Amino acid sequence: MNALKQYIDLFVEHRDTIEQHSVAPLNALRDKALNALDGAVLPRRGSEDYEATDLEAVFAPDYGLNITRVNFDGNPAESFRCDVPNMSTCLYLCFNDMIYPGANAVRNAGGVVIETLAQAATSHPDVLTGYYGSIADLGDPTVALNTLLAQDGILIYIPDGVTAERPVQLVNIFNAMQPMMAVRRLLIVAGRNAHARILACDHTQSKDVKHLSLQTIEIIAGEDSTIDFYDMEESAATTSRVSSLFVKQAAGSNVLVDGITLTNGFTRNDYRVDVDGEHAETTLLGMTIAGDSQHVDTHTVINHNAPRCNSNEMFKFVLDDNAVGAFAGKINVKPGCPRVEAYQGNRNLCASPTARMHTKPQLVIYTDDVKCSHGTTIGQMDQDALFYMQTRGISLESAKTLLMQAFMSDVIDGVRLEVLRDRLHHLVEKRFNGTLSACATCATACNNHTK
Amino acid sequence: MLKITDLRASIEDKEILKGINLTIKPGEVHAIMGPNGSGKSTLSSVLTGNPAFTVTGGQVEFYGKDLLSMPPEDRAREGIFLSFQYPVEIPGVPMVNFMRTAINEKRKYFGQEPLNAADFLKLMREKRAIVELDNKLASRAVNVGFSGGEKKRNEIFQMAMLEPKLSILDETDSGLDIDALRIVANGVNKLKSQDNATIVITHYQRLLDYIKPDFVHILYKGRIVMSAGPELALELEKNGYDWIKQQVDNEQ
Repeated sequence: MNALKQYIDLFVEHRDTIEQHSVAPLNALRDKALNALDGAVLPRRGSEDYEATDLEAVFAPDYGLNITRVNFDGNPAESFRCDVPNMSTCLYLCFNDMIYPGANAVRNAGGVVIETLAQAATSHPDVLTGYYGSIADLGDPTVALNTLLAQDGILIYIPDGVTAERPVQLVNIFNAMQPMMAVRRLLIVAGRNAHARILACDHTQSKDVKHLSLQTIEIIAGEDSTIDFYDMEESAATTSRVSSLFVKQAAGSNVLVDGITLTNGFTRNDYRVDVDGEHAETTLLGMTIAGDSQHVDTHTVINHNAPRCNSNEMFKFVLDDNAVGAFAGKINVKPGCPRVEAYQGNRNLCASPTARMHTKPQLVIYTDDVKCSHGTTIGQMDQDALFYMQTRGISLESAKTLLMQAFMSDVIDGVRLEVLRDRLHHLVEKRFNGTLSACATCATACNNHTK
Repeated sequence: MLKITDLRASIEDKEILKGINLTIKPGEVHAIMGPNGSGKSTLSSVLTGNPAFTVTGGQVEFYGKDLLSMPPEDRAREGIFLSFQYPVEIPGVPMVNFMRTAINEKRKYFGQEPLNAADFLKLMREKRAIVELDNKLASRAVNVGFSGGEKKRNEIFQMAMLEPKLSILDETDSGLDIDALRIVANGVNKLKSQDNATIVITHYQRLLDYIKPDFVHILYKGRIVMSAGPELALELEKNGYDWIKQQVDNEQ
């Protein structure tokens, strides 16, 4: 069986419709994507870099695609009322795969361009043609499939010297009666000395229906630019997510990517960062909290292609019940890149005897005179600390919650937006005490709403 | 308040407590002394419900309730407090969160509303003064980066917050310099009343100079082999344990 085939066949059959409902810069890459998929198969459990994850099974269900770009019923902006309190953001919604402006959405806010790829094809054709698909690796069949099927997406373009005052918030929502695959695409281009903070979050409103989010994100950071990208998943047990994020950093740029999984079904997050210019800084953070049968697989590659750069990477997992976590992280220091400092950490807490964590840290170094380290741990709860708390009248349950929260605190404190940091502490607390999915203020039922 | 009858306990199949009998009434201070390895710390662990130990026989009644059937947190809420010989460091858990959770879970157990933030902070401030604990320490993670003396003061601070009926001080004097010892002992004395009782586990008379015991018990080989008034501690300070060991070993 080859799950890719059903989507390739669908593309071949409906290519005209797909291209009619899209724009030229996106259509221009479809032949390349189709070639890349020729003879490709999705990795199964046990393949290199997929030790714990069966992608073939994830794509096997017959998901529907919205190739004729039908608008969805209802008012998507109305269905999402939650926001990060005390933080004024430009809000955009991606409802299944259709994009709608939300609160404070301005197409051109203080010089920052936020628009759909379709809009960008006419207003910023050079940016779109120049950068769309420029760093996404078609060698990965899921990225090739995304490129083959993508019909729209969002461009965030911060021109030279521009600072985005307001953080940009992108909310991805699933709400469909039928099993559906959303092909999502995000392109972030920061010019020289441009600065922006971007938050993305995934939600599922139709929690009884199977959904698959196939997402490709490209971040191009120009010289001396700063980009913070926070990507938070709060989806449902029926939702699968296959996300590939590519970053290309020029000299002096500073990029922070933080991947957070609070609730989900199946998730595979790939990160590839190419550090191409000197004195660039990369921070890659991740936090996963998984229970029940949640599956979260994170795969990271940082390529140090230039001398005198820093990267810091820390991913933490707390796994309970029958949850499965996987982390594979690779740091490549290419030849001729002295004075690179690269640190990688992966710390995991298995809170139940049936939770499983797979981890594989890798350093590949081809230059002398570098400082690199990696460290990984898998541990259980500290029994002495639990007993100590119990002797103070704290129930075993609460004591475990306090310890799990404490375990995540340093990753949360790595968030560079203060209001988001407070928000995350709050969300993580709710996630651990089981009240995260109990809110009815909006259809998303994510309980983000504070009274 | 506390009635221990023929208490036996073991760890990894090794019997440590071999039949302890002890009765404690409100307002009393009991000192438990004894050579190393006699079971003093095991007694405090068993009374507070440390899962590392298995109770193999006997009963413990606390205000008429069967203490041994309760989980550790309920024993604490009912009013038993242990000041640890080695307080545990809990990185990432701020003292304030830790203390607020403890106070509010106890209140919930007794059907009371949680304390509001203002009242809680006021309570923290009041109780901190008893052991002269720096505000900076209260905002840090539990015991992380505390000196030996600060850790012990922090134990007495928690005791002040939780207002237990029975406090067990397990070698609270170990690792303390003279000034810290005085602060800790003064703290304990300030908290003493007609309604609560204290068990002081120690090797040395010096703590008992500050916290005056009503009774002194000697624990040896898992049993209380001698009980007397405060004068017994002075005698031990002078003559050591050998004469007691000989007496007990001859009897066997």
